[in-house]
Amino acid sequence: MQEVTTEKKEFVPNIVAFCCNWCSYAGADLAGSSRLTYPANVKIIRVPCSCRVNPSFVLKAFQQGADGVILCGCHPGDCHYVTGNYYTRRRMALLYSFLNYLGIEKERTRLEWVSAAEGARFSAVMNDFVKTVTDLGENKRLTDLRVKEGE
Amino acid sequence: MKEVELKMKERAKALLESGEVARVVGWKKGDFCFDPSPATFETVDELNEFVYDYFCGANLSKYLIQIAKKEGKTAVFLKPCDTYSFNQLVKEHRIDREKIYVIAVECLAKLDIEKIKAAGVSVVTGVEVVDKDVNVSSPYGNVTLYKPDVVLTKCATCNKTHQVKDEEIILHQRPAREVDRFAEVVKLENMTPDERFAFWREQLSKCIRCNACRNVCPACSCVKCVFDNPNSGIAAKANDDKFEEQLFHVIRAFHVSGRCTDCGECSRVCPQNIPLHLLNRKFIKDIDTNYGEYQAGETSEGKTPLTSYTESDIEPNDAVNGEAK
Amino acid sequence: MQRIGVFICWCGSNISATVDVVKVAEAMKNEPGVVYSANYQYMCSENGQQLIKQAIKEHNLTGIVVGACSPRMHEATFRKTAEAAGLNPYMVEIANIREHCSWIHKDMDEATEKAIILVRTAIAKVKLNAPLMAGESPVIKRALVIGGGIAGIQAALDIADAGFEVDIVEKNATIGGRMAQLDKTFPTLDCSACILTPKMVDCAQHEKIDILTYSEVEDVKGFVGNFSVKIRRKARYVDESKCTGCKVCMEKCPSKKGLNAFNMNLNTRPAIYIPFAQAIPNVAVIDPEQCIKLKTGKCGICQKFCGVGAIDYEQKDTFVERQYGAIVVATGYKPIDLDAFNEYGYNDNKDVVTSLELERLMNAAGPTNGVLLRPSDGKHPKVITFIQCVGSRDSSGCGKPYCSKICCMYTAKHAMLIREKYPDTEVHVFYIDVRTPGKNYDEFFRRAVEQYGVDYIKGMVGKVYNENGKLMVQGSNLIDNEQVTIESDLVVLAAAIEPEPSVRKVATLLTASIDTNNFLTESHAKLRPVESPTAGVYLAGVCQGPKDIPETVSQASACAAKVIGLLVKDKLKTNPCVATPDESMCNGCSQCANVCAYGAITYVDKEFRIGGGKTEVRRVASVNPAVCQGCGACTVTCPSGAMDLKGFSSKQIMSEVEAICKK
Repeated sequence: MQEVTTEKKEFVPNIVAFCCNWCSYAGADLAGSSRLTYPANVKIIRVPCSCRVNPSFVLKAFQQGADGVILCGCHPGDCHYVTGNYYTRRRMALLYSFLNYLGIEKERTRLEWVSAAEGARFSAVMNDFVKTVTDLGENKRLTDLRVKEGE
Repeated sequence: MKEVELKMKERAKALLESGEVARVVGWKKGDFCFDPSPATFETVDELNEFVYDYFCGANLSKYLIQIAKKEGKTAVFLKPCDTYSFNQLVKEHRIDREKIYVIAVECLAKLDIEKIKAAGVSVVTGVEVVDKDVNVSSPYGNVTLYKPDVVLTKCATCNKTHQVKDEEIILHQRPAREVDRFAEVVKLENMTPDERFAFWREQLSKCIRCNACRNVCPACSCVKCVFDNPNSGIAAKANDDKFEEQLFHVIRAFHVSGRCTDCGECSRVCPQNIPLHLLNRKFIKDIDTNYGEYQAGETSEGKTPLTSYTESDIEPNDAVNGEAK
Repeated sequence: MQRIGVFICWCGSNISATVDVVKVAEAMKNEPGVVYSANYQYMCSENGQQLIKQAIKEHNLTGIVVGACSPRMHEATFRKTAEAAGLNPYMVEIANIREHCSWIHKDMDEATEKAIILVRTAIAKVKLNAPLMAGESPVIKRALVIGGGIAGIQAALDIADAGFEVDIVEKNATIGGRMAQLDKTFPTLDCSACILTPKMVDCAQHEKIDILTYSEVEDVKGFVGNFSVKIRRKARYVDESKCTGCKVCMEKCPSKKGLNAFNMNLNTRPAIYIPFAQAIPNVAVIDPEQCIKLKTGKCGICQKFCGVGAIDYEQKDTFVERQYGAIVVATGYKPIDLDAFNEYGYNDNKDVVTSLELERLMNAAGPTNGVLLRPSDGKHPKVITFIQCVGSRDSSGCGKPYCSKICCMYTAKHAMLIREKYPDTEVHVFYIDVRTPGKNYDEFFRRAVEQYGVDYIKGMVGKVYNENGKLMVQGSNLIDNEQVTIESDLVVLAAAIEPEPSVRKVATLLTASIDTNNFLTESHAKLRPVESPTAGVYLAGVCQGPKDIPETVSQASACAAKVIGLLVKDKLKTNPCVATPDESMCNGCSQCANVCAYGAITYVDKEFRIGGGKTEVRRVASVNPAVCQGCGACTVTCPSGAMDLKGFSSKQIMSEVEAICKK
């Protein structure tokens, strides 16, 4: 039975989600305690604030084979650290646009504001993102931005 | 340009003789007529080597980081585009403004020897510029080229004006003109993701990681580069994977975003002719579009677009490539 | 050599129903660096914790990973467990295999596979953890209150009553603030002075309170528990310790043309003056703009008549520097300038007044001794029209986008008082909405309408113009859908209120964040409403947002409670997960300080060896760990990657990314 499913296995994207400790990570916890499902291929990394996410983390994820990267933080104005997510918003606006400029489809990068109370939204956002990235298919571009011998 | 050079030399001499400055930073003759290099002059005698011509494209501002640490005041000749880098470095506390005496000099665009050679003149022994004519002397006969065809890429779309000067030596004003420095960026933006990827993949694959871009970039002024910082998680030595190798230019472009003055030195020095400035200009264009026009280095104070914000900034999901705007 | 222990919790069936916990624990045994891996039904239980403690000791573990519920749930528990077993509490990482795994996935294989990756990721991180120590910083048991209005007074009294020293710094010559200017207060119509002045006196007499009037905060250094504040004491040209408040100088002063700010400039006062009868301190002050002696050197009459020799024309600004553990900001508000609202004719007609001016015109100690007379000719106004929302809820850009909150209620109060005292006066009120939430507020407003017959007209006023000595108020009546023009004798504008402009400087000095309307931002709109995001700084009154007296007093007392809670501590424990710069790589470029919301980053010049026996002095960042909150904004801004965050270092997060993406 299991072997059959493995053979038929469709493309399952690998998604890295960065969540801020105070809002989005708690939102993910709430999604969990409310038993609101989303695909298992979403893996969450906890950061104190979305502003802790260095663009190089996002690049690293793509270069290591992630098919989509999503960053979640407190809603603008509600940042636990007052202004952290405002900087995040600018950084990611530029980074995402830049990645798109390099040919990394813009649908592979996303930023969502999810509060600690928005468990349902967290789950919905993840389901939607997984679907979008699944439709796009595998991402190899940042693992292969430069053609190198033996690769 | 000869008269300008003469004036510059005179001033340098006077400043050194009076002891007002301990040294002058400018350009000195190279082995050929087209390869002057940045140099420091500490005595009047050394000024014999001083040169200022149509090949003095190098941005001198970054040299000041180290030179300014020396005893006494330093005089420097800055072209319009160099002054932006200078301001940015002062803003980032990398240069002590008090220790530098800035002499703003006219530019009138610099020539690209590669482009001249590509135009069919394989050996160049001299160059004279008269208005838009570039008269190139060569043992195989003299050739006249159209100047806009053979200026440095960075000069082709330059509209910069002097932002800092303690005095100026300007004999000919550059005529005002309209330039569109984002045309190439827009062209790329209008491609499909596949086409863009193909373009960049081809370009970046040419890179031999010589670090010339990083070394020349005035925004890359770090005491220790992030790529050499073992704790940054991106240093090559700390990784056995190809992360740094693959993403060097991407990370570098992000690192200088909001601080890059668009001086174009990266592309000028690239031995592989990768249009690196098109990476930086994408950030500049996005910053202008999303947060209002911003020119790094216009002043030596204030915050950069990435260290400031407004409550109603555009959302990243909507900010991509100007498509949703 | 790293010796990592892994502990997989079943959480009864919460985890084990969808995650094969045994399989996860077994799989972890093969991970590099892992020397022990176990599973247990309830890791957080006494027995579970015992198991962890024992393993730490027996296997000499250098770090542990607990695969269990959310770290938001039990991270603190397991840190304590580790600490009890002699392991640094920050050598613990939690893999969230319940909320983020077992509870949301149904397929056992899928969930188990994910759990393995999550635990592996936590292992990757814990390997890069470093032991961290929570720091300690001392608390100076003295508070500073900036602003001596009702908010500052209340906060100071509450703090002082708890036994702590408090200084009130007030920029005016007396404490009392806006409330001292008010006539009556809603919704009970107490006389403002009757309830405020006793509190002012309490402040003056309190042995723990020191009032510094005519003073401003000049500089602030330090951080929570340990602020150092420089205060400018402006020259008042009167020796505070000698002046008895006899007012002889005021009578004798020949220069009597200074505008009386306390009376909203509706009348004049002498160049030497005491702002009002109940001023605290009851000490005169000389207005250097009006004083003939200070301007020309000739006069000196007040000095001659002063029986106690208190006048000192030579007085200069002085500075005092004091240390505080906590700071309360209570800088208050002012009505907005009405220059942008020409349509109401405020600048052209003396009889168009603001509500705060009306307060003075109705106050027994005001320019008309409490008899309502119009400013132009001193006659009783027979028709009075109030215009609401002048500059409030205004998105045109001329005014303020917010609701000033107090205007609906004070206008009802004014209307009622006028109708009560002068029943022959017609009172009209143009309003957009009447907003009266609050205990007994709506009842109060209804009394104005039902009992006192105040004419409320829903609609905006287009313009006010003078015609034959009458003020014509032209507006729309939305209910009857018609244009109306009311011939009035007096027009009262409910001008929006805005934070006192000096708050900007205070906010900058305190690195307290401020919003686009210049209101100070609270730490959390709902759950930390009186704390500024800057630790040790608290907000009371309108400086934080529009509010009335009851709310202001509540907020001030809440501030006091927070301050007392801070000052009773001898030492503060600081969060060890803070940013730290690697000085050898720092450029001193100031980018990090630009994004720090807490002002935790300063720059110092340090000497570095540069080889060849030489040294150079470089400017480098320095993070105050007591102030840093650990958000990490600076780490991303740093171009060289010199700034890193303990507990969430770049390398840690990079290795987590790697572990997740590993195929």
